[in-house]
Amino acid sequence: MSDEVDQGRRRLLTAATALTGAVGAVFVATPFLASWKPSARAKAMGAPIEIDISKLEPGSMLKVEWRGKPVWVVRRTPEMLKQLEKATPFLLDPASEGSVQPAYAKNDARALKPEYLVVLGVCTHLGCAPMPKFEVADVTVSADWPGGFYCPCHGSKFDLSGRVFKGVPAPSNLAVPPYTFVSDGRILVGADSTQSA
Amino acid sequence: MGTENYGATQATGLWGWINARFPLDKMLKEHVTEYYAPKNFNFWYLFGVLSLVVLVIQLVTGIFLTMNYKPSAAEAFASVEYIMRDVEWGWLIRYLHSTGASAFFIVVYLHMFRALMYGSYRSPRELLWIFGMLIYLCLMAEAFMGYLLPWGNMSYWGAQVIVSLFGTIPVIGDSLAEWIKGDYFISDITLNRFFALHVIAIPLILVFLVVAHILALHEVGSSNPDGVEIKKTKGPDGHPVDGIRFHPYMTVKDTFGLGMFLIVFCGIVFFAPTFGGLFLEGPNFDQANAMQTPPHIAPVWYFTPFYAMLRAVPSFLGTQVWGVIVMFGAIALLVFLPWLDRSPVNSIRYKGMISKVALALFAVSFVVLAYCGMTPPSPTLLVLSRTFTAVYFAFFLLMPWYSRIDKTKPVPERVTYHAH
Repeated sequence: MSDEVDQGRRRLLTAATALTGAVGAVFVATPFLASWKPSARAKAMGAPIEIDISKLEPGSMLKVEWRGKPVWVVRRTPEMLKQLEKATPFLLDPASEGSVQPAYAKNDARALKPEYLVVLGVCTHLGCAPMPKFEVADVTVSADWPGGFYCPCHGSKFDLSGRVFKGVPAPSNLAVPPYTFVSDGRILVGADSTQSA
Repeated sequence: MGTENYGATQATGLWGWINARFPLDKMLKEHVTEYYAPKNFNFWYLFGVLSLVVLVIQLVTGIFLTMNYKPSAAEAFASVEYIMRDVEWGWLIRYLHSTGASAFFIVVYLHMFRALMYGSYRSPRELLWIFGMLIYLCLMAEAFMGYLLPWGNMSYWGAQVIVSLFGTIPVIGDSLAEWIKGDYFISDITLNRFFALHVIAIPLILVFLVVAHILALHEVGSSNPDGVEIKKTKGPDGHPVDGIRFHPYMTVKDTFGLGMFLIVFCGIVFFAPTFGGLFLEGPNFDQANAMQTPPHIAPVWYFTPFYAMLRAVPSFLGTQVWGVIVMFGAIALLVFLPWLDRSPVNSIRYKGMISKVALALFAVSFVVLAYCGMTPPSPTLLVLSRTFTAVYFAFFLLMPWYSRIDKTKPVPERVTYHAH
């Protein structure tokens, strides 16, 4: 037997051992990293909720908390629905091409039934809560204001369908959560007829 | 023990017994009594030591705060009020910690500005500079997570804004933000994990990095206002002729500086702990409320220059990730400074007019952006933020050119020093 050290064999074994160790490290890291995901309890608490909208007056808004986010239900008057057309030329994405909503809400009213708007009251810029500014020409927003929502954090504006205006920091329309009408006066937010909760 | 018998250690008694088993004497000599620092240090060289002192203040007060604080959404806000009202001296411990957070950034920003002025980041101190930048990153993470713990409404919405920055990353953004929060929103779960990171994980990394920063400094030696290497001119004893021992000379100077610092620090702790809403923001005296945004969300002052950049960049292509890129880019650029600066001289004393103006503009842009970031949005501020974001970036991105063509003055062989 020679006393020569087989360097090639030594390098191969070192590399193979290091690689095996690295694979092991990835396996060990996985449970720790996965423990940061929403827990079973967090998921259960994020389940769909039912909202009673039978007592909602025309022109008024209801706020409900779902997954820590405000869900707005606005019962729009015919005048408010007419304002949607007036706002259209000033909108960034009037056809809701680049925003989050179920297919049934991809229309001008952004709703299953135009009378009821259901949106997440979370600014698509950085998650602030926009304020309802339904009054037409509300001077706290602007003199030609067609009515909608205004975010006080960074000045983003949305129309009465939650569609974003041009030239504001928010990049897209307010998100519409999946929802369905359980009956005329009750909606279920968080699930729709195409998917079960 | 004279300087000529470096390494010689008393071999008897308790001291000898320890040193036969642990290099205590050797370490003290290397890092304290026989570490040679340039004799021409000015007051700008106080801020490194001061950051170390503030780190100790934060560690000690932080440990005592955890003894009464409850990291849960239901109890956090009330437990901070409990510390403020019912715990003996609790108010002092908490105000030391909250003022300490702002003081940390003040001394670190001045420490960094010192490095910018005198070229402390230049070769062979690049790694020292990078350790420093990692400390700065850790400090920002530490401050951000610590700010959520009181569970005030600004804590809550500040965290909301910062975590959603990660949500802007294409494709993986949403699940990444959800992973960070551990929930679909900033909740008890988020608070609990931020507590763990704030009190254990990041402080451990921070202390490790500070040790690495100091070891790297003592390896290459301190820079000085002239940007001249004192190691180039050594006396017959093998020590730099322009160097003086850290202890007792620098420790005495630093102790005096520390006294001055503590007068101001204690003045704020006792007489203006909220510092007019800058150190502790008004909306944070209300409990976190997921349904109610404060009328104007602004981070604490030390983040506002970067927040102003975030707000200055409009969204396009259906995403607002660009603002996030600009904001993090502004921090990342600092890391590359040692390679952007091509000037033949280190210190601003020997650099030409272009470099002086550039550094002045940079300092102005930092302050103006800090102001813009804490003020509610307006069209004028937007123009201001955009202009000074451009100035901030130009300082770094044009540096390889202006630092090279700039006319420099001759650098002396040895440091300039006038005995007082």
